[in-house]
Amino acid sequence: MIPTSHYLYLALALFTIGVLGVLTRRNVIIILMSIELILNAVNINLVAFARHFGSVDGQIFAIFVVTAAAAEAAIGLGIIIAFFRNRETVLADEMDMLKW
Amino acid sequence: MDAVVEFLKPHLLPLLWAVVIVAVLPLVAGYIVLLERKVMADIQARLGPMRVGPHGLLQPIADALKLLLKEDIIPANADKWIFWIAPLISVTAAMLALSAMPFGPVFQIADLNVGLLFIVAVSSLGIFGIVLGGWSSNSHYALLGALRSAAQVVSYEVAVGMALVSGLLLAGTLSMRKMVEAQAEQGVWFAFLVPVGFFIYLVAGIAELNRAPFDLPEAESELVAGYMTEYSGFRWALYFLGEYTAMIVVSGIGTTLFLGGWLRPFPNVAAFDFLDYLPAVLFLALTGYCFYRAPKQPVPIQKAVMGLFGVLCLGITAALGWAVTLPAEAVARAGILGAFWFLAKVFLFLYSFMWFRFTFPRYRFDQLMRLGWHFLIPVSLVNVMGVGAALVLHRQAGWPLWQGLVLGTVVTLAVAAWLILVRQRRPVAAPSAGGEV
Amino acid sequence: MVEQFTFYFFAALAVISAVLVVTVRNAVYSAVFLITTLLATAGIFLQLRAEFLFVVQIILYVGGIMVLFVFVVMLVDLDVALRQVQFNRQKWVALLVVLAVAGQLVFALALGSEALGLPAAAPESLEPNTESVGLRLFESYMLPFEIASILLLVAMIGAVLLGKRQKPPRSEA
Repeated sequence: MIPTSHYLYLALALFTIGVLGVLTRRNVIIILMSIELILNAVNINLVAFARHFGSVDGQIFAIFVVTAAAAEAAIGLGIIIAFFRNRETVLADEMDMLKW
Repeated sequence: MDAVVEFLKPHLLPLLWAVVIVAVLPLVAGYIVLLERKVMADIQARLGPMRVGPHGLLQPIADALKLLLKEDIIPANADKWIFWIAPLISVTAAMLALSAMPFGPVFQIADLNVGLLFIVAVSSLGIFGIVLGGWSSNSHYALLGALRSAAQVVSYEVAVGMALVSGLLLAGTLSMRKMVEAQAEQGVWFAFLVPVGFFIYLVAGIAELNRAPFDLPEAESELVAGYMTEYSGFRWALYFLGEYTAMIVVSGIGTTLFLGGWLRPFPNVAAFDFLDYLPAVLFLALTGYCFYRAPKQPVPIQKAVMGLFGVLCLGITAALGWAVTLPAEAVARAGILGAFWFLAKVFLFLYSFMWFRFTFPRYRFDQLMRLGWHFLIPVSLVNVMGVGAALVLHRQAGWPLWQGLVLGTVVTLAVAAWLILVRQRRPVAAPSAGGEV
Repeated sequence: MVEQFTFYFFAALAVISAVLVVTVRNAVYSAVFLITTLLATAGIFLQLRAEFLFVVQIILYVGGIMVLFVFVVMLVDLDVALRQVQFNRQKWVALLVVLAVAGQLVFALALGSEALGLPAAAPESLEPNTESVGLRLFESYMLPFEIASILLLVAMIGAVLLGKRQKPPRSEA
């Protein structure tokens, strides 16, 4: 049986990679994908603890996380499409209309 | 070494089934194509393929050879990796879905606790094969076809899911095997309990398969061949294999959940036991026909091939006849007869797909979207609520189940009629937003 | 043995493709690698005996959300975007910060791993997985479930509104 901490290390790796993607990429779509990575890492933790404690609550929270991810992706991509239509760019650092 | 053998022991039979499926499926898909061409010819009062082998019976093999020998073309500006991998995704997704399909009480690779969901999930991955293939071809026709396909499949997945839920509520399980057992227990195919759900599954299933009359993604008069435009040779054949496997998957789900899976008609009525002999008699008749036609073929080699097919049919007859003579509780008997009935029902589905293809004109894209979102999804939602209400009445108030279901079906049909008669009169805004896809 | 193999296989697959998600140039490749990561995670869920979540992950995440992503990437992706600089100016600072945080987390995990040595529950306690998830979801978590469905409804309406093209063509950007 794999110790629970191994799952946590895996989730940690995915989380770190996701944060790195959010912080460094310029393409907004890839930033959104990195956020999915982060949420996924959270899910691994939740499910790993669900097995560790032998209760399904963790899995249920993972389902809620997936729900939130679906809503977030739909809205985020909608915003990207609307923005692309107006400004013809998907680069995060060119989305600077609020700066002045 | 011994450890490996020990480990493999319980997995031997599933492995064998998997190998059988992977080995036989391309052949079956080829013959489904031949069947489709023959059905098309029949509906259009032609003969169809007649040259290769007697009655064109070797045509699929000739086609496969041609496709294998064709030059493998990758467009210069295509994205090579994705172009290469997209057809594989299509085929793999469809084949993986077969791994939980019960082709009979014995012939099933794995009976999963979440079987139906697994099949739906895995087969929904096939969409990536289409979308990525269309994108990587770097061609407008292919891209438009892929976008259309993605929109269509995602929209109709909701209706398919809801139709499946209406059957699942009655079965009370997600395992494919237990679904069939539930139908054996209740003594009725669920298609008769939830006819609306079955109908919606059929229509939305065809839409999910991108088949006529919903074959917008590959409408040849508009998009050449849609996402497959740039594909040729073996990759194209892989897409075709994926498509026909997906047809088998959709038919298999419908058979299992709505048409009683491997059960023969009236499985619990002793008076219908003679139906067990039907498969053998059917194949005996086919054998007789093959031998009767063999001397009438024009060329000696065709005579020989026709005779060979006769021998093949005789072999199947022997297997089916042997199965019937076994005692009722023998595994082989249940397995062989069950596989026959399951495949017969699957082919019923496939025949109806072909029949629809050759008799209905193609929808326009906005009509397709309106049918999905404005008709099938609301009706399927009402249907699920009706089935749920019937079950609650059955369990809490002690109503007979069929009364509640009849009531639910009537309400659903009323809603459907209202949607057709009242909503369709209203002027619909010109298709502007969706027009570009 | 088998369990170890599946875990490390899926874990390696997930991590490698996650790295590729954030490093490749082409957004379509990113999406493909993200699909791989998600499928590998689904495998890990299966290995953790969460069959229902395994299927949910494939149906919703891979079959739903990722189709949206691929769709949008194909609509939006420009050949220009490939030739632009892919990383922003803060990349080295970001890398440093992320490594620092990761180091802290690893340290914390290493410190706390004795606590995780608590006797793990028997895997059978999750056994009829779909049933127990369903029962718990509709008994203890009814209200969150309803709130989640309202969230989805709001998101749906929002997405439709965002995607809708305004009737007058945009005046002047």
